[in-house]
Amino acid sequence: MSVDTATVRHIAKLARIAMSDAEVEALVPELNNILGWVEQLGEADTSGVEPLATVIDQKLRLRDDVIDADPLTGGNVRDKVLLNAPDAQHGFFAVPKVIE
Amino acid sequence: MADLNSLTLAQLRDGFRGGEFSAREIAEGFNAAVAAARALNAYTVETPEDALACAEAADAARQSGALKPLSGIPLGIKDLFATVGVDTTSGSKILGGFKPAYESTVSAKLRDAGAGMLGKLNMDEFAMGSSNETSTYGPVISPWKRSDGGNAALTPGGSSGGSAAAVAAGLAPGVTGTDTGGSIRQPAAFTGITGIKPTYGRCSRWGIVSFASSLDQAGPMARTVRDCAILLEQMSGFDPKDATSLDAPVPAWERGLSSDLKGKRVGIPREYRIDGVPDEINALWDQGIAWLKDAGAEVVEISLPHTKYALPTYYIIAPAEASSNLARYDGVRYGLREVPEGGNLDAMYAATRAAGFGAEVKRRIMIGTYVLSAGFYDAYFTKAQRIRALIKQDFTRAFESCDIILTPTAPSAAFGIGEKMSDPLAMYLNDVFAVPASLAGLPAMSVPGGLDAQGLPLGLHLIGREMDEQGVLNAGLAIEERAGFTARPGKWW
Repeated sequence: MSVDTATVRHIAKLARIAMSDAEVEALVPELNNILGWVEQLGEADTSGVEPLATVIDQKLRLRDDVIDADPLTGGNVRDKVLLNAPDAQHGFFAVPKVIE
Repeated sequence: MADLNSLTLAQLRDGFRGGEFSAREIAEGFNAAVAAARALNAYTVETPEDALACAEAADAARQSGALKPLSGIPLGIKDLFATVGVDTTSGSKILGGFKPAYESTVSAKLRDAGAGMLGKLNMDEFAMGSSNETSTYGPVISPWKRSDGGNAALTPGGSSGGSAAAVAAGLAPGVTGTDTGGSIRQPAAFTGITGIKPTYGRCSRWGIVSFASSLDQAGPMARTVRDCAILLEQMSGFDPKDATSLDAPVPAWERGLSSDLKGKRVGIPREYRIDGVPDEINALWDQGIAWLKDAGAEVVEISLPHTKYALPTYYIIAPAEASSNLARYDGVRYGLREVPEGGNLDAMYAATRAAGFGAEVKRRIMIGTYVLSAGFYDAYFTKAQRIRALIKQDFTRAFESCDIILTPTAPSAAFGIGEKMSDPLAMYLNDVFAVPASLAGLPAMSVPGGLDAQGLPLGLHLIGREMDEQGVLNAGLAIEERAGFTARPGKWW
C-alpha cells in the first residue's frame, strides 16, 4: 500500500494539521518509505494470535464513585484547570465562534 | 574537599550524612556547574533556588535527625515530567510557557524523598527521536568528543539526551528519564552512564507527558548501578491515578545488590547478531559475556525469532498511540494557539498544530493517523499488536532457559549532530536492540562497557524477566565491577 498527495492531504485533515502543498509533497515519499519498510510484517504468520494491547496482566481498576475523591483530579479546581488556557472567559475555555 | 560534582549519588548521600560536607555545598556545586555548561544545551530551565531551598531543608533535617532517603541530593528532571509552576514543554513549541498546576507522581515521589531540583532537561520533542535534534530548543551537545581531533559536535542520544549529558558532564548526580523504545538506554550508552527502564507499570505515568501510553515508562539515569537502584526505589510504586500502574510492593533494590551471579543463566539471543553492526560492538558484547561468566553465570544461546519484526511493529504502535495522545494539543486548554484571520474552530486546531509541532512529530502523527484510519486499521495496527504478542511470547519462552539476557545497547557509538537527520529510517534503526524489551514491557538497563576506537563510550544491555529489576541491576553491577569504566569527557564547555 502506498500513499499519494490526495491521501496525505486526507490524513492531514484527519490529524488536524494544516499543511502547505510543499509539505504534502515532501511527506509522500517519506511516508511511503516508512510504510514500505513496515510491509515486512506481512510475512509473519499471526494466525490465531490475539492482538496484545497492553503488557500488564491486570484488570482496569474503577475509581470509587465519590465526588472529589482526589484533591488533584476531583472537582472544585476550576481556576487551576483554566490556569494555562490561551483564552479563558467567565470561567470557561474560550474558542472562536462555532455557531453563526 | 573532594570535587563534589564528580562523586556518585551514593557517595554524596553518605558523605552528607556523615557530615563531610553540607547539602548547601552540594547544591551550590551543581548549580555552578549547570550555569557554566550552557554550551551543552542540556537544561531548558534552571531552578537553582529550588536546589538551594531543598538543600537548606536537608541541612536542617540533618541537625534534627529527620533525614529522608534523598536528603541533600539535587536532581535534574526531564522536561516530560509535570513540575508545579515550572515550565514543562516536552521539548515542544506547542507546550511553550505551560506551567502545570500539578506535579507528576514520579517527581513528587522524588521530592517527598528529599531531593531538590536543578532544572528541567532538554529532550527530543515529545520524546520522539534518538538524537535530541527534534527539540524545539535545539539539540543537546554531548560532552564527549571523538579522539580524531575533528571536534565534531556529537549527539548524547535521545530522547533523554539532556538527562544523559547532564550526568556525563557532572551537571547532576542523577536524573529522571523516560523510555518508550530505548530513550533511557541508548543515551546512557552514548554518554558512558547507567540507566534503567523498569518493568512497564513500576513507575506511575501520571503527570508525564504521554507519547505512547502502552510503552512509556520512567526510569533513572546516573553514574552507577547503585545510584540507579537508589533512585528507582524512590520513583517506583503503585499509583491509583494511573490505570496501568502495577499494584506491587517496591523491593529494596539497593540493599539487594549483589554481583555474585552463581547459578544464574545468561541468554545470548542469536538474532541480535545483526549484519552491519561494527566489530567493536560485537567485540564488547563478547567481552560482556566473559565478564558475566567471570561473575559465576552460565551462558546459554537463546532464540528470539521475531526480533526482526520488533522495529517495524514499534513504528506502527508508537505513532498510533502518539497520534491519539497528541490530539489533546488543540490550542484550547494549554499551550500555543494560532487562529488564522477569520478562522473557525477547525482552522484554529489545524493552524495551532501546524505551528506547534516539529517535523518529526508531524511525521509520526501522520503515520499514526494513517495506520488507525478506516481500511488500514486491521492491516497495520491490529497486525502489529499480534506481532507484539509474538515478541512477548519469544521472551517468555527464552526466560524458561535463562534468567537474564545480554545484548549491546545500540548498534553504534554516538554519531554527529546532523549525520542521520535526513533519513528517518536510519535514525529509527538506532533502537534496534532496545525496542523488543519495550514492546514486551520488560526491565532493561544499559551499563557502560568500554570505549570505541574514537574514545567514545559503548554500552551493554541487560534485559530481565518481568518484575525482576533486581536481576537486571545485579548483572549490571557484575559488568560495572569488571569493566572498571572510569572514562570521563574532557571539559571543553
